[in-house]
Amino acid sequence: MSESVQSRLVDGLKSALLEVQEYVRLSLAAMRGAVSRPFYAHDLVEQLEVIGLGSLTVVLLTGFFTGAVLALQSGMTLDQFGARPFVGRLISASMIKELGPVLTALMLAGRVGSGIAAELGSMVVTDQVSALRALGTDPIRKLVVPRVLAGFIMCPILTVVANGVGLLGGWIIAVTQLRVASSVYWQSVIDGLYLEDVWMGLIKPFALGFIIVSIGCHVGLRTKGGTQGVGRATTSAVVAASVTVLVVDFFVTRLLISILF
Amino acid sequence: MRRESLADAGLPVELVEKHAPVVLFDKVCLAFDDKVILRNVTFDVRAGHTKIFLGASGAGKSTILKLMLGLLKPDSGTIWVLGHRVEQMDEVQLMGVRHHMGMVFQEGALFDSFSVGENVGYKLYEETRQPLHQVRERVEEVLGFVGLGEHIDKMPSDLSGGQRRRVAIARAMAAKPTLLLYDEPTTGLDPMTSLTVDAEIIKLRDLENVTSVLVTHQLRDAFYIATHEASMLGKEITISPAAGQKLEQADFVMIRDGEVSFEGSADELRASTDPYLQAFLS
Repeated sequence: MSESVQSRLVDGLKSALLEVQEYVRLSLAAMRGAVSRPFYAHDLVEQLEVIGLGSLTVVLLTGFFTGAVLALQSGMTLDQFGARPFVGRLISASMIKELGPVLTALMLAGRVGSGIAAELGSMVVTDQVSALRALGTDPIRKLVVPRVLAGFIMCPILTVVANGVGLLGGWIIAVTQLRVASSVYWQSVIDGLYLEDVWMGLIKPFALGFIIVSIGCHVGLRTKGGTQGVGRATTSAVVAASVTVLVVDFFVTRLLISILF
Repeated sequence: MRRESLADAGLPVELVEKHAPVVLFDKVCLAFDDKVILRNVTFDVRAGHTKIFLGASGAGKSTILKLMLGLLKPDSGTIWVLGHRVEQMDEVQLMGVRHHMGMVFQEGALFDSFSVGENVGYKLYEETRQPLHQVRERVEEVLGFVGLGEHIDKMPSDLSGGQRRRVAIARAMAAKPTLLLYDEPTTGLDPMTSLTVDAEIIKLRDLENVTSVLVTHQLRDAFYIATHEASMLGKEITISPAAGQKLEQADFVMIRDGEVSFEGSADELRASTDPYLQAFLS
């Protein structure tokens, strides 16, 4: 390996490690900021609205059509075994344990992660973050803590909503297309769920919500290079948050399986 | 004219004395990777005085303001601001020092999602426990001072460049700071608007007794601020050529390649035979 390639690899590794270090520092500072003063409560309320209500439409649509298409696809497969009445069981298990949390998180990564990175990135390149510091405000407490808390709180709520409309979408397809009786579908949904599944579906979104928003904040606050930099930060935030969501989902699922089952 | 160290100049090490400088840099050095930004920069700013930093773009002028605010840390040297060693302080401690300072950023750096009134009153709304009606009164007062009282409910995007700079000045002065830092406050403005901004800086310095540190490469504005004074006759504020002691209260510092290459009054700057200074002034 030539020296220049080697030095480039070393530089790349160093810069990746620096990013991880800075991300961990920001996350720890945000956690400290969430339990100490000053706390900007009105910013939290504003972010709960922006992240929660603002993402409702996209989460409703995603959840509904995922449940519907899951019913269509699994109906065809279950037919091969004469097991069409079990479609509800398959949809509930898939939506609540896995698809609901992950798809909601991916939608939030696209909508919220990118928005936060763009907003904070613009503030950095126009010196607004420096102005905040000059005015005696800690940008982590003012900008990061309310967003991270709002993501942490709203992601599980949105996941429950996505799960609900997903089951509803599956029900509509099961009744209208697969000709499964309504009572059979809902009984199957309940039969397919165990308390452990519900816990898994509820715990994961807390971790995913924290990750999506904290990555958006981290990338946004490290924006460099004017408007082009803001564009790059937005793309990076979505890519990094989406990949991390899938990776963290795997590890949290493994951990929860070992704890709950 | 140029000092090697504050100790050489016989200046006090402690800044708690009554007539001690408001700002004091002693052999401050800063580099980003291999690029040297500041090298052994030494100067002081006295209370009520104006220090004007001149220099080409990229000479390190704005960096000096960021060091004063504690937004950057030097590699070596000491920085005293309002009696505190800011280069040794953490972010929480710095908040206390910044409470007494104001900064006008290049382009204003107004919060674009807040109205003019919310921008100006930001510090009072968010970082103090003043009753809202008192904050509103102060916001109206400072906006009136910069002649923008009727724009209180507008958004920054609805204002012209000059108006945005004046709002930035109003925001910086709202919490009654003792030290105001201006980073290129007139760059990009037309000459008439620049004069309006210059007048606000002079008014703040002379009528509110605010110590000013100004970074600019607009020579006309720098000399105007250094050689004029504001006075109040009844309710009328007039800006007139300064004389006597007032003239001595404004100093120029020329930063060249990260070093202080000149420090002195407006007359000394004009009389300098240094070829670089002459080229800069021409």
